[in-house]
Order: sequence, then C-alpha cells, then structure tokens
Amino acid sequence: MAELNAGDQIAELRVTPDKYTPHRYAGASGDFNPIHIDPEFAKAVGLPNTILHGLYMMGLVARAATEAAGGDPRSLKRLSVEFRGMGAPETEIAVTGTVKSVGDGTATIDVVAAQGESETIKNAEAEVEL
Amino acid sequence: MAIKTDAIGKEWPTTTYEVGKEKIREYAAVVGLDNPVHLDREAAKAAGYRDVVAPPMFCVVYSAPALAPAMFDPEVGMNFATMVHGGQQFEWGEPACSGDEISTTAKCLKIFEKEGKDGKPNNGFYVFETVSVNQDGAEVVRGTWTNIVRGV
Repeated sequence: MAELNAGDQIAELRVTPDKYTPHRYAGASGDFNPIHIDPEFAKAVGLPNTILHGLYMMGLVARAATEAAGGDPRSLKRLSVEFRGMGAPETEIAVTGTVKSVGDGTATIDVVAAQGESETIKNAEAEVEL
Repeated sequence: MAIKTDAIGKEWPTTTYEVGKEKIREYAAVVGLDNPVHLDREAAKAAGYRDVVAPPMFCVVYSAPALAPAMFDPEVGMNFATMVHGGQQFEWGEPACSGDEISTTAKCLKIFEKEGKDGKPNNGFYVFETVSVNQDGAEVVRGTWTNIVRGV
C-alpha cells in the first residue's frame, strides 16, 4: 500500500512519444482525427505539425497518479484535467504531481503534464484510494 | 450573437461495446502500462478481478462512440473550425474487464458563453456527460467532456 502525505511530490513520469505514437493511439482509441496523424492536414488548419491526442496525455497523467497510489488500477477514482497546450510527438513529456490532501483513505493529487516550458495539461486533479 | 442552447438536456441513443483482452493490451502498450492485471488473465484473477482489467483511461474507447453523434448534431451546432477539447473529467466505479458489455448514454449538460478576454469575441462552452454501465447495471464510469468554441 502506498503512503502519501500532503505536500509529497509523486514520482515523476517521463515519456517521449515517438513519431508514430499518435498513429498507435488512434488505433487503440478509435480517434482518427487527422490533426493527430496527417502532417499536411495539420498544417492546412494552422498547426505547426501533427499534435498528440489530449486524451493520450491524460492517459499518462492517469498512469502517474495510479502508480503514486501503488499501481492498482482500481485506486484511481476520479481524474479531471484541463487541456491547455498542444503536445508534440518526439518531445519528452514530464508528468509531475503534488499531494494536496489526504483523508478517509483517499488522497487528492494536483498533476501537471509539460513539454519543457509548455504545460499541456494543467489544473489536473486526481483522487486515489489508498 | 447569442449562442444556441436548445440542445441542453438532449440525450442521444445508447451505444454498447464489448471489452476484449487484446484491445486492452493494445491500449496498455501505447500508454506504457505493463501491470500484468491488464495483460494476463491469471494475474488479473489473482488480484481479484473477474478477467483482464482495462486501465481506467481505456474508458474513452467505449464511451466516446456514444458522444460522437452529440458532437456532430446540428442542433448542438458546434463550429469545429475553432473548437478545442478544453477539459475532461472521469469518475470511475466498477472496473471494466474483458468480456464486459458496456452501455453508454450521452447527454448535453450545459451550453453557455463566456466573455472573451481583451476585447476578443465570447467563447462557447459545450459540456456533455456520458454515463457507462456494465451488463449488471453497475456504473463503470461517468465522463464530463468540455469543448470550447472560440469566438461564438
């Protein structure tokens, strides 16, 4: 069982999605929006290039929060996020978090996912059962 | 221009999805999850699951299809050219395991506009809810999906 206390930093998760991660995520999730897989389409709608699926990055946030709670997928009870920036393939994502409060066998963790200075997921809050 | 709010409260037809072991494996691999409860039937059972268990965020696989007709409904009338997925929440209940048949219903919770910053036009907020239940009627996940349309 995980021991978490208010103010604790959770273990940082660092992942570098490769060029084809959005293709694999599209297949796994069923979201084939071309902004994620077709560079020409992405540029035609004003994006610098293809972008990561926001829900893929939310999947990484869920992974970090679940690992902080000891790894059992049942422990993640709630996760809310705001998508604030576009994620780019082939760039490292760092998921960091701080335990906000602990009580009644539940911990609330504030989480951020960032690529360098660009915070792609902000104001994320995870509720995990301990 | 006032935002169209006629679709508030509207529900769309329920979709069903049967969770499968290899689909869970495919999802887990992309997100980098190697916990054997997602991959191996015996490991999942030893941990108290009925069968291989889906990672929590696998919920997008079975709940998003119920949302698709809502997103494209002309009565909702979202302008896709300036739409972004602004926020997302999931609350999980009973775990989703391989073999489960999950039914999801989408509903429009809110449509409203918020003042734009620095003289920019107002943004439209479109909030949908999906509720997913398994074959026993137990709630598996409840999703709140917020889409923002810039400049309504």
